[in-house]
Amino acid sequence: MSGEIAIAVEDVSKSFGKTEALKRVSFQAMTGKVLGLLGPNGAGKTTAVRILTTLIPLDSGNATIQGINVSAHGAQIRKIIGLAGQYAAVDEYLTGRENLELVGGLYHLARKEARSRSKELLFKFDLEDAADRQVKTYSGGMRRRLDLAASLVNRPPVLFLDEPTTGLDPRSRIGLWDSIRSLVSEGMTVLLTTQYLEEADQLCDNLVVIDHGQVIANGTPDELKTSLGGDLIEFSVIKRELSQHAAEVVAKFALSAPTFESESGQITLRPVGDGTHSLANLVRALDESGIAIAGLALRRPSLDEVFLSLTGNSPDEANGN
Amino acid sequence: MLYEWSLMTKRYVLRYIRVPALVVFSILQPIMFVVLFRYVFGGAIVVRTSNYVSYLMPGIIAQTAAFGSIATAVGLAEDFQGGMIDRFRSMPVSTSSVLVGRLVTDTLRNIFIVLVMIVVGYLVGFRFMNGIVPAVGMAAMAVLFGLSISCISALIGMKLRDPEAVQSFGLIWLFPLTFVSAAFVPVYTMPGWLQGIAKANPVTIVIDSMRSMALGGPLSRTTFESLAWLIGICVVFLPIAIRQFRRVS
Ligand SMILES: Nc1ncnc2c1ncn2[C@@H]1O[C@H](COP(=O)(O)OP(=O)(O)O)[C@@H](O)[C@H]1O
Ligand SMILES: [Mg+2]
Repeated sequence: MSGEIAIAVEDVSKSFGKTEALKRVSFQAMTGKVLGLLGPNGAGKTTAVRILTTLIPLDSGNATIQGINVSAHGAQIRKIIGLAGQYAAVDEYLTGRENLELVGGLYHLARKEARSRSKELLFKFDLEDAADRQVKTYSGGMRRRLDLAASLVNRPPVLFLDEPTTGLDPRSRIGLWDSIRSLVSEGMTVLLTTQYLEEADQLCDNLVVIDHGQVIANGTPDELKTSLGGDLIEFSVIKRELSQHAAEVVAKFALSAPTFESESGQITLRPVGDGTHSLANLVRALDESGIAIAGLALRRPSLDEVFLSLTGNSPDEANGN
Repeated sequence: MLYEWSLMTKRYVLRYIRVPALVVFSILQPIMFVVLFRYVFGGAIVVRTSNYVSYLMPGIIAQTAAFGSIATAVGLAEDFQGGMIDRFRSMPVSTSSVLVGRLVTDTLRNIFIVLVMIVVGYLVGFRFMNGIVPAVGMAAMAVLFGLSISCISALIGMKLRDPEAVQSFGLIWLFPLTFVSAAFVPVYTMPGWLQGIAKANPVTIVIDSMRSMALGGPLSRTTFESLAWLIGICVVFLPIAIRQFRRVS
């Protein structure tokens, strides 16, 4: 099945009044892979997910899931998708088990099957102990896991996860990442949205970066990192007060002005031409100026930096965090 | 579809069973009304046809059934806001399942509340004076009244989709509707201009028919008219409300 296109979005636009939430957005998700929609708050991620899950109509363009047109055949689409929305959609007053059995029933599973499927999912998502407790006693992480379990009741081949880990503590986040990985290993196609670069890096096979309703980059996490133009040189000097001077000395080896972070003392630059060669030149130049170096490294840019250079601000900043 | 309805009903009924306070509080208010009107205002209100408590109870029961519809509106708005409706809408469920489940649950709840109110009435001196079948008819009319108001409330809840807005707006229209009627005082005691409104108010027609069934009186015309109103409201509002399920805000 892999190599096939599971989700195809072509030139999709959507406005809410004067707000253009999506502007001619196009992307594809491959069967059995994880596609990440990465973007800051308000980028249009949820809008894209809501269109694909038939919750809202698109204004123009074309969207298909497994070849089925989303706008024309909503009823068919709803049979092959699962959705875990931005906010856990579980009934507070029902137990975890009852929530899953309700969803199973609504999918018209036989009562026995709904029951065994719920049991299986409760086990899988480590909710067995809490299965017969009302959801209002659950922690945020447990709710998210239950929500994810509910979206899997019908074994959908295509799963949508809208910011699955937003608001979770780091431990729950990593737990949820493991769950998502194991789903993909079973062949499911996943489209997930996230504001976290690390999450995108960890989970996604392909990334679509969107900002202000437009796709501004796409590719594998590695491709995106490489597209920045290769490696970065990072160093600091022993005498902090010389940092400014050091930055001036090495400026001639850099594509753009070196950045200096006062807290850590790190000076970062994107070298002209070959990284290793520049490294040697840079060390020599600093040496000649009598500036002693504390640490020196050649490294790949992080997705954070990719995002920064694409949008001019990092998603976390855009979010006000 | 029937199965989906029953699942949704079960979901809402379980909530009432687990949070009985939701029902208990909605009974306390009408009981207070009974005590207020029976003992505080009652002495000042003279009705021609019967003693005041007998006059009062059908009115209060009807009002209670109508006010219960706030639960329909708030419950649906909460579902929209909490994302439950998004989940259901992303699944192959029929558009009517949530709404019907909600209405069935609130009707069951109203049946319970109407029965409790009849018991309360008996404790303060109310008596059915027209036999058992009309008495059951009165209770059924009250429940049907509650259902028709719930259909309107459902539309309000699904339009506003904000539990707090619904909480404050969802009931307001019911105050003039139920008070400017024959619910608590006979229409002829009101000023002339108000009498016209109160007489035309379908709530007056419903309550007159309930009174006739409880206490004896002209039955057929008011009952027929009242049924026509209540069924008419359901027939008009139910499809509009159902359509809101897939309508986006
Ligand atoms: N129902 C709506 N009504 C009006 N504006 C909306 C609605 N939904 C989203 N928007 C606007 O569309 C833009 C994209 O929102 P959204 O898709 O939720 O972004 P994200 O999920 O990436 O944070 C935002 O500017 C948001 O305010
Ligand atoms: Mg969002």
